[in-house]
Amino acid sequence: MKKNKQMWLSIVACIMVYAAVQALITFDVIGPFWQLNIVLVCINIILAVSLNLINGFTGQFSIGHAGFMAVGAYVSAVLTVKFQFPFIIAILSGASAAGLLGFMIGLPTLRLDGDYLAIATLGLGEIIRITILNIPYVGGASGFMGIPRYTNFTWVFFLTVFTVLFIRNFINSTHGRACISVRENQIAAEAMGVDTTKYKVLAFTIGAAFAGVAGTLFAHYFYIAHPASFTFMKSFDILTIVVLGGLGSISGSITSAILLTFISAALADYPEWRMIIYSLMLIILMIYRPQGLFGNREVSLKFFGKLGGKKRGTTESN
Amino acid sequence: MEFTFTQQLVQQLINGISLGSIYALIALGYTMVYGIIKLINFAHGDIYMVGAYVAFFATTSLHLPFFPALLLAMLVAAVVGVIIERLAYRPLRYAPRIAVLITAIGVSLLLEYGGILLVSPQPRTFPAVFQAQVYTFGNIVVNSQQILILGVSLALMVILTYVVQRTKIGKAMRAVSFDTDAARLMGIDVDRVISITFAIGSSLAAAAGMLVGVYYNSIDPLMGIMPGLKAFVAAVLGGIGVIPGAMVGGVLMGVIEALVSGFISSTFRDAAAFAILIIILLFKPSGLLGKNVREKV
Repeated sequence: MKKNKQMWLSIVACIMVYAAVQALITFDVIGPFWQLNIVLVCINIILAVSLNLINGFTGQFSIGHAGFMAVGAYVSAVLTVKFQFPFIIAILSGASAAGLLGFMIGLPTLRLDGDYLAIATLGLGEIIRITILNIPYVGGASGFMGIPRYTNFTWVFFLTVFTVLFIRNFINSTHGRACISVRENQIAAEAMGVDTTKYKVLAFTIGAAFAGVAGTLFAHYFYIAHPASFTFMKSFDILTIVVLGGLGSISGSITSAILLTFISAALADYPEWRMIIYSLMLIILMIYRPQGLFGNREVSLKFFGKLGGKKRGTTESN
Repeated sequence: MEFTFTQQLVQQLINGISLGSIYALIALGYTMVYGIIKLINFAHGDIYMVGAYVAFFATTSLHLPFFPALLLAMLVAAVVGVIIERLAYRPLRYAPRIAVLITAIGVSLLLEYGGILLVSPQPRTFPAVFQAQVYTFGNIVVNSQQILILGVSLALMVILTYVVQRTKIGKAMRAVSFDTDAARLMGIDVDRVISITFAIGSSLAAAAGMLVGVYYNSIDPLMGIMPGLKAFVAAVLGGIGVIPGAMVGGVLMGVIEALVSGFISSTFRDAAAFAILIIILLFKPSGLLGKNVREKV
């Protein structure tokens, strides 16, 4: 009963946010610069939440997320440009292609752990990018041009909501619990009968598929898919969002995606300062607050309730 | 000029070995640091960039000849390496390894973009410190820079091997790498050993940076990313934590790269490096010269 009420509340809240922003866009209150950034916020949320599923919840340190994004972008762009498929099919195919690749890559590489996995995923991301660079059919080094702009606020907003809900429900399901157990202690999880390889690959595949969705949205907003947009610097960007928000916190990822997208928008004229701030933030966070802004907690109505209760409790004891 | 297959093969081997000895120098730093604190020092490739820039300013502004400039670059890089270790890695000595890895990525980005801010992103032309001479043997071309690279890297590797195998500090380094806690109980100042390891590794990377500057005549603040990653692959290929492994892995890596760009396509050069990495990690994660370590519960 309570859960239902909460779900309805969040649905109503989502629709209200959507209506408000859409109204602002329709009545031209916010200019193209802010519209662009709102779309970027949503894409970054999809990327960060999906990477958080792999890095934060399952504890498999991947830094090749941009590669899957690239696969989604290019596959969907080929479908819409060369075969005039509708956008929804392009999104689904982009997601499936990225997910399939994630599955094929994940199966062998997820046997590695820790920093080896990090380097392997970094390498795979680069291999994907270099391969795309060498396919003349999709434009090679000059990028894939002439992609129609199908992405608008409605698409990104509802796909973001869908991503967040999907991953949240996944985490709260049996499979999600299994993933978290892999993060907490792989050997113990295995001893309890959790098929660790299966859950690692499952999380990796889902994460990759959503990265593909983000890539599709990205390419169909900027008219172009360019190999230079998907370097490992992009993967580090996503990683920074996830780490700042807290590994294992969906609301943390959302908050920090919003925060960092607007920070980088504000620093658009000084790109090198942006990276310096990002890098200092990573270092300082790791030294002083390695759990990120939110740790692995979630912000919800219940959380605020608890916070209030705690405060009351302390005042009473005083 | 007609090139036969063998001639081209020999030519690519020569190019590969000189490039590979640069990878080997960088890989040594990775492998030594990994051997001691189990950290992939992502910033190592950027130390190599720092070394190249110090050498650049030493030769252009201070008008130093080659060897003093090389020594200065190595010294400055060693200091930078020690400072990075002190400020960024030492507070995390007992933190989870992922936290340290993220910090290392942060340090790497900081050096790259700090470099862009300080010295501008434009590539700079490295001055010719040597009269470039070209020796031709039949159709095979060897230039004096390649000989210089090979000579300097061999000399540095010999010195390093001597330091690690024959001196007291080398013994301490091996002890810390074998078992940190036991070494500490034996009265070895572990923090000091780690600092010295960073200093040695960074100075080798700086030497590599200067050699690359002399070889390619061009340096830029992001030059460290790719060689850094490839040198890491070289270290893994040879067996990470094993010093001779880094040398073998580096040279092998350079040769493979030269062969791929000579016989297949130079655009696939970078992909080849990562493909090797993944193959090695999947089939022999301990590397060519590494020992197998059992996972303990």
